[in-house]
Amino acid sequence: MQPSSTSLTATLPVSNQPAIEFQEVRLGFAGHEILRGVTFSAQERETIILLGETGSGKTLLLKLAAGLLRPDDGRIFILGKDVSAMHERDLLEVRRKIGFVFQEGALFDSLTVGENVAYRLHEDRVPEEEIDSRVQEVLRFVELPHTSEMLPSELSGGMRRRVSIARALITRPPIVLYDSPTAGLDPITSQTIISLILRLRDVYGVTALMATHRLQDGFGLAHYHFDPQSKRVLRGAGTEAARPVTHFLVLRDGRIYFEGTPEELMHSKDPYLQRFLI
Amino acid sequence: MADTPTQAVRQEARAPEAPSVREVLEDLTKTTVLKVQDYAKLSYHSILNLATGPRYMQDTVDQMDIIGVGSLPIVLLSGFFIGAVMVLQTGAQFERFGQASLTGDIVSLALVRELGPSITGLLVAGRCSSGIASELGSMQVTEQVDAMRAMGTDPSRKLVTPRVLATLITLPLLTTISVFIGLIGGMVASVLSLRISATTFWERAIKILEFSDIMQGFSKCVVFAFILATVGCYQGLTVRGGTQGVGRATTQAVVVSSVLIIVSDTFLTKLALFLADKLS
Repeated sequence: MQPSSTSLTATLPVSNQPAIEFQEVRLGFAGHEILRGVTFSAQERETIILLGETGSGKTLLLKLAAGLLRPDDGRIFILGKDVSAMHERDLLEVRRKIGFVFQEGALFDSLTVGENVAYRLHEDRVPEEEIDSRVQEVLRFVELPHTSEMLPSELSGGMRRRVSIARALITRPPIVLYDSPTAGLDPITSQTIISLILRLRDVYGVTALMATHRLQDGFGLAHYHFDPQSKRVLRGAGTEAARPVTHFLVLRDGRIYFEGTPEELMHSKDPYLQRFLI
Repeated sequence: MADTPTQAVRQEARAPEAPSVREVLEDLTKTTVLKVQDYAKLSYHSILNLATGPRYMQDTVDQMDIIGVGSLPIVLLSGFFIGAVMVLQTGAQFERFGQASLTGDIVSLALVRELGPSITGLLVAGRCSSGIASELGSMQVTEQVDAMRAMGTDPSRKLVTPRVLATLITLPLLTTISVFIGLIGGMVASVLSLRISATTFWERAIKILEFSDIMQGFSKCVVFAFILATVGCYQGLTVRGGTQGVGRATTQAVVVSSVLIIVSDTFLTKLALFLADKLS
């Protein structure tokens, strides 16, 4: 599979400001603080893998980045804009520059796959002819060109995630947030999803924040790349110039417990981190 | 004082004390005030959204079909039999005084001022407020509402305003149809049971009505429509606790909207009678 048009292969320009930046972000519910001062940043075209146990606050971080939740304290910058104190009306504009892949897909169950994928384009009043071609293009990208008229209930779990990815990338957003995209999927389907994310990174050049509790997903992104020439996923991080940066963040007790490269994580002697490596 | 280590452990295990009555009342008051505040905000925005774009007219038309056309069979059926039973109940009393011809007057006034709007409001609340709550509740628990927000769409504009607007348009129409069918039901019952001619019944039913009666009925429809749509949307969008929560929200939507319709009916009747008296 390869992207079918030049529009899909155009990568985004790189600037010096971080695409995503968290500064001492705190968030709690019902008197219980879940995030206790989280600080990190992701440069453009960088991929951050958020690792952590269930309930460690990975999904909350993604929702905060998308402005779906507001922090109790701290600041969050997306493409240079402070979303932590932004009015909901202005947030809607920022969110149009973010693709969000929900854990269970969160597809609109009363709409067909094609309508789900085209949702943002309909909102933007894009002409119907253009919508059809773009929907077909992204459905081909996620290898589901035949599903356009199907309802989400007729798809398998893995197919729903792929449609969700297609829906997130239809407007070619510079940032994509993945919430446990392989959770509950078999290894083969998980691999398909990861290779899709990988292609999305190397073809579009998107900045990505991926929450997961599966270390192999992160290493898959760090140790493989999509080669546009051969149009295949190859082992290795790619050429020096085009090498995408992948960082790991490990959340523990509401704080960043570890931040570093895949190699640093792999060679860590820390007993807690080693539990992820088993 | 604990006599043995085991007793000491048991006492420690009991450490979190039960909240006092005052604390429970405080929590209850705070929760209720917060709920009322959230409901008021949702209701305010549902109307305010009409002033600015984007507007979802196709969604509004779809909802008009679901709420209006979908409710037509139950409204027609209940309207006809309510009119008929009104005639049977009142006609028997009027006949004792030889005033059976007054039946048309009383049935018409009752249907236009009171029974038409309130019965239609309650029926549509039972059918649509629950439907709205379960639909939006399911979307909420499956993160579809969050997905909508994540894609830059305001759920208040996309989900709430079309439903409120559709109900505001269709409930008065449904009530008008219900009243008309109710009068036909009353006419059939009076012809068959009281031996009053159809022309006499119809003439008296129409002549007794004044503009204030129609306005009273219409204003009630608008208020009831707003209540049942906003309560359904509020209950749906505030669902917590998965599918069980959706079931709870659905029940709550019917109960709350029905109670609010009945309570507001009393105040609206008093207000309408006061205004009619002042303006006449």
